[in-house]
Amino acid sequence: MTSQAPLYPHRHLLGIEGLSHLDIEALLDRAEAYVALSRQVEKKTATLRGRTQINLFFEPSTRTQASFELAGKRLGADVMNMSVGSSSVKKGETLIDTAATLNAMRPDILVVRHHAAGAVNLLARKVGCSVVNAGDGAHEHPTQALLDALTIRRNKGRIMGLTVAICGDILHSRVARSNIILLNALGAKVRLIAPSTLLPAGVERMGVEVFRDMRKGLEGADIVMMLRLQLERMNGAFVPSPKEYFRYFGLDRDKLELAASDALVMHPGPMNRGVEISSEVADGAQSLIREQVEMGVAVRMAVLDALSQHLPNV
Amino acid sequence: MSEARDIAILGATLVDPASGREERGSVLVRDGAIASVAWGEAAPALPEGAERIEGRDLVLAPGLVDMRAFLGEPGAEFRETLGTGSQAAAAGGVTTVLCRPDTDPPIDDPSVIDFIKRRARDKAIVNVLPSAALTKGLAGKEITEFGLLLEAGAVAFSDGAKAVRNPQVMRRAMIYGRDFDALLINHVEDPELRGDGVMNLGEFASRKGLPGIPVEAETVMLERDIRLARATGARYHAAMVSCSDSLDLIRRAKADGLAVTCGVSINNLCLNENDVGEYRTFCKVSPPLRHEDERLAMVAGVAEGLIDVIVSDHDPQDVETKRQPFAEAANGALGIETLLSASLRLFHAGQIGLPALFAALSGRPARLLGLDCGRLVAGAPADLVLLDPDAPFVVDKRKLKSRAKNSPFDEAKLQGMVQLTLVGGAAVYRGEQG
Repeated sequence: MTSQAPLYPHRHLLGIEGLSHLDIEALLDRAEAYVALSRQVEKKTATLRGRTQINLFFEPSTRTQASFELAGKRLGADVMNMSVGSSSVKKGETLIDTAATLNAMRPDILVVRHHAAGAVNLLARKVGCSVVNAGDGAHEHPTQALLDALTIRRNKGRIMGLTVAICGDILHSRVARSNIILLNALGAKVRLIAPSTLLPAGVERMGVEVFRDMRKGLEGADIVMMLRLQLERMNGAFVPSPKEYFRYFGLDRDKLELAASDALVMHPGPMNRGVEISSEVADGAQSLIREQVEMGVAVRMAVLDALSQHLPNV
Repeated sequence: MSEARDIAILGATLVDPASGREERGSVLVRDGAIASVAWGEAAPALPEGAERIEGRDLVLAPGLVDMRAFLGEPGAEFRETLGTGSQAAAAGGVTTVLCRPDTDPPIDDPSVIDFIKRRARDKAIVNVLPSAALTKGLAGKEITEFGLLLEAGAVAFSDGAKAVRNPQVMRRAMIYGRDFDALLINHVEDPELRGDGVMNLGEFASRKGLPGIPVEAETVMLERDIRLARATGARYHAAMVSCSDSLDLIRRAKADGLAVTCGVSINNLCLNENDVGEYRTFCKVSPPLRHEDERLAMVAGVAEGLIDVIVSDHDPQDVETKRQPFAEAANGALGIETLLSASLRLFHAGQIGLPALFAALSGRPARLLGLDCGRLVAGAPADLVLLDPDAPFVVDKRKLKSRAKNSPFDEAKLQGMVQLTLVGGAAVYRGEQG
């Protein structure tokens, strides 16, 4: 009889909302071991041997999909990638139909990205396997927030009490939402820096301090987390031009000096160099951007591992 | 229908929105009309052979006149038909329905009005009145044949769930419509300001990562329309308002004596944005469910009489249009069968008396549409609802009579069950004890 309770008590990972700080820390601790493993020559375990993992991406993604694929493979799972472009939607197949079809193939874990908020949640209710949210609209991107937290913890030794400034397109960002919830749960002070057109309504009631002036928002920050601004939102729709945006909200050497002297810079990628971040900063000594990518694989391994504890064994 | 046997309802609480009276009394129905109303305890003399219904603990009021419902025909019979829609109406105490013109084909031609009238005569068990499209093909560009459509039987003009977006078209419609004393109804939601919004703009939407619809999408268009109504003197009705800023505009327009009226959806009276919860698409409606403060403002607006009518905004949706991610799901909620019971929440909460409530449900919509019903007086049509206002029940969407099942009130605990619905003196619905 095994009496060891799973440290992560949920069947799915649909968002950071709903997780306790203990759940989050359990995942981060588990990820630490996978960082070490991934740095060895022999990177594979048998944790997910015999399991099938399907990466179901309704929205194109190279990095996140590759990261989940590698994570699954390192744990010994059979990984299949499915990119469902807009074409099959045009053919009339609904999200539910796609879910039912895949469910019939008996996967153990579904990793899902979708362009609509709540879509992964909806899908999780229609399938029998574990579901990981790899990003749903502007709602949540929990593994990104976890990998950010792991990166911060490894570099600063803690998260509690740090001042984290999240800067850029908060309005459309699932990364920002997941990070706001996670960082609050672990006791960081969260600041948001953005022009008012890129801030969601009522955001000041989400446990953050809001700045429209980047220089003020950066003062004394321990972590500066930059967000990507999509091209189509730059030319007059939300901000007048990339040039003006970079002037006021782009992170360059000059602005970074206002943050704490040992401040670290993060970006979930892919970056628009010269729009939200200068190359000098992105590639500089304070940048954690590449380490984030490495942590991404480890965190996703930890998540897949944690969910597999809940899978039936017969 | 007028050949039905006489019906006497004795000793019920009579509610007459026209006079504001709420007292015990008895009503005799004969030949499709109210033959007599006897206020007071004394039982009136009854003609031989009349069906006697004991009204003790029951309320008798004019049947509801619902100014906004989508009834499927023509073109969306898989969502609703005049038959199923009118059965749902009858079960909810609704005796007259104004059906939306944004059908397929749209009701923008006298021949389609004629089609609706004939189908309604054959299939509907309550009065179905067609509203006609305000613009040809609902395209928002050219006004329809107001005169011919009125002659054919249209009672109002609107583009249904589409807002009339072009101010010049609205202005022309008002100028031309005034000559026919036409009632013009607009769905006040500016499509540009709505943008890709799918629910009320605010903290809740932000937390859910859903794009929001600002209240200005409503107020900007309403203010435009009121200015045009002021300039033209047209009869104008805002189909549904949802925020207190709109009520300020309506208040001013009425104080200035304009022929401006407005409605509110039962959804905005009983639900708020938090009901969306975990992306419940049955709560995706237009106008969107707003903040609780706005809901309370709507309740106060009805109690005060500033909001003229309550509508069901009945919009049956197929499973496939609702079983979608929230942003991709269709707008719309069932409403006609639960309209009365849900409205009674306001009464049970002590926010509104029965005469004021029935004024918004029966009296004023009848007057706006130029109908003879909506009053409890001798000579008025016997379109009546007898209800037990206190009877509790739990809404079960599987038992609703609509063809679709998208009720935001599913599993809600409501109080107030219809016992009997009369249309033109004929019983079209009898509840379990009715």
